[in-house]
Amino acid sequence: MTVAPRAKKKGFAAWIGKESTAGYVFSLPFIFGFLMFMAIPMGLSLYYSFCKYDIQSAPTWIGLDNYIKIFTNDSTFTKALTVTCYYALIGTPLKVIFALIVALILNHESKAVPIYRATYYLPSIIGGSVAVAILWRRLFESNGTINAIFGGILPFLDGYNWFSEGPAIWVLIILTVWQFGSSMLIFLSALKQIPRELYEASRVDGATGHQQFWHVTLPLLTPTIFFNLVQQTINSFLAFTQCKLITNGDPRKSTLFYTVYQYNKAFPAVGKSQMGYASALAWIMLVIITVVTAILFWSRSKWVYED
Amino acid sequence: MVGKSRWKEVIYHVLVTIGAIIMIYPLLWMVLSSFKPTDQVLPTASSLIPSTWTLDNYVQGWKGFMGYTFGTFFANSFFIALTSTFGTLMSSAFVAYALKRLRFKLRGVLFILVLSTMMLPAQILMIPQFMWYRHLNWVGTYYPMILPYFFAIQGFFVYLIMNFIGGIPASLDEAAKIDGCSYYGIFFRIILPLIVPALVTSAIFSFIWRWDDYLSALLYVNRASMRPVSLALQLFNDPSSGSDIGSTLAMSTLSIVPATVIFLIFQKSLVEGIASTGIKG
Repeated sequence: MTVAPRAKKKGFAAWIGKESTAGYVFSLPFIFGFLMFMAIPMGLSLYYSFCKYDIQSAPTWIGLDNYIKIFTNDSTFTKALTVTCYYALIGTPLKVIFALIVALILNHESKAVPIYRATYYLPSIIGGSVAVAILWRRLFESNGTINAIFGGILPFLDGYNWFSEGPAIWVLIILTVWQFGSSMLIFLSALKQIPRELYEASRVDGATGHQQFWHVTLPLLTPTIFFNLVQQTINSFLAFTQCKLITNGDPRKSTLFYTVYQYNKAFPAVGKSQMGYASALAWIMLVIITVVTAILFWSRSKWVYED
Repeated sequence: MVGKSRWKEVIYHVLVTIGAIIMIYPLLWMVLSSFKPTDQVLPTASSLIPSTWTLDNYVQGWKGFMGYTFGTFFANSFFIALTSTFGTLMSSAFVAYALKRLRFKLRGVLFILVLSTMMLPAQILMIPQFMWYRHLNWVGTYYPMILPYFFAIQGFFVYLIMNFIGGIPASLDEAAKIDGCSYYGIFFRIILPLIVPALVTSAIFSFIWRWDDYLSALLYVNRASMRPVSLALQLFNDPSSGSDIGSTLAMSTLSIVPATVIFLIFQKSLVEGIASTGIKG
């Protein structure tokens, strides 16, 4: 009996049936999407970043002027960058530490743990919504829930203005720390993968629970800590919705996130749009994120344990 | 000794439960306050349980503003979230299959580009994309909020599905090929039915993210009839729209119902999805 050879097909049918053709056919959505929705917009905006462009009239080429102005003569840019770094440098470590502590606590044999895990994770799943932004504003209002509950214990909170210059950024930091859930889940799964024998062996050697944590658990978790730090740092640098809705950068730009500043340049409440300038800001942000990620990866060999 | 460890266990559960209540207290406050008479919300802000229960806030809030009820806004959100999620799932599954199972020249390059889309989030793309969509005359339509998702532009879904396909034995593909199945047939008859769990996880994340998406609604929707819930809620929160705190809290509560219900139903696959791919939530 002879097997009918499939290669008998000729022309188009043979060509379309080839493995490499199928590869391109199945990749086609991404190839088109990447060009159409990423490469072209980023390329266009690179061009516009060298232009004065108010979107109503045609762009005019001004060379490096936008970039020069941003770096030498734009105090709001410096302010927004400082605020964003402050938020990222304080909020991210707090969030990751919280996630780690709660994961350690929930790494426990009990039927109730899945329920606890879901409850601690719930704020993260809906945290990006407009509803939570509205709620957060209400909670920290001077006659809001936080002051009403804690005013009895801490008298200075009675009528305290959370949205004044010092504490306003903390309202946003508390909001991001509250959403430690996804980092917590990643820690939990990493904890489950630590071999039990390591704990048993160290116990035989006379290690206390304390010593086990510092010499077994923590070193083995450093790759996960690293992963969470990278991811959450990038997220912090890009925070937009919650800042826009809760403080909109007020008071006196003390909570002005970089992304909100960029938005305000492109779509100002009053006056002309500065799309060219906003494009330059977007490109600078891309470079900053790349540099920050590179620094984190460079630091990796200094403290991350690899076997 | 048994007694001592029992006590330890009880203390553990008490403390973890207190922590859990603190975690969801803000949400409980929002949900329960939405059932208080609106003039009672702020004066009784420190108490959780309403002394009188009422549905007035829901009746008032549902009426919406500028001639459109929240029914319109919810329908818009469902339409946008469901269509864009469908597009993301199909296109990401195609691309993941190509990158994981098929050998062709540009595979390595394409894989790096897929990963690079994760470094280009919406906040960086917002200005560049806005200018491009303006050229295309897409501002004021739903196109920017739906069409791009039909082209696998969210790298992490491709990556998630690729990882899942990696767990399917390649011998299945080989067997089908010997039986005369084409590469297209292998995808539709073998791979697609087997990656359903990965598609479910992706669908949950995609739906919740699209539902919450405020930024693109802010940029591209300018007609009141086309507003999704996210944008409508923010405008509704403004006192000039005639809303009060009670109805704002009521509509806020309704807006988180879809995500919360999906989360509670699919909790297990969500948790596993995050643990295995490290997706943000």
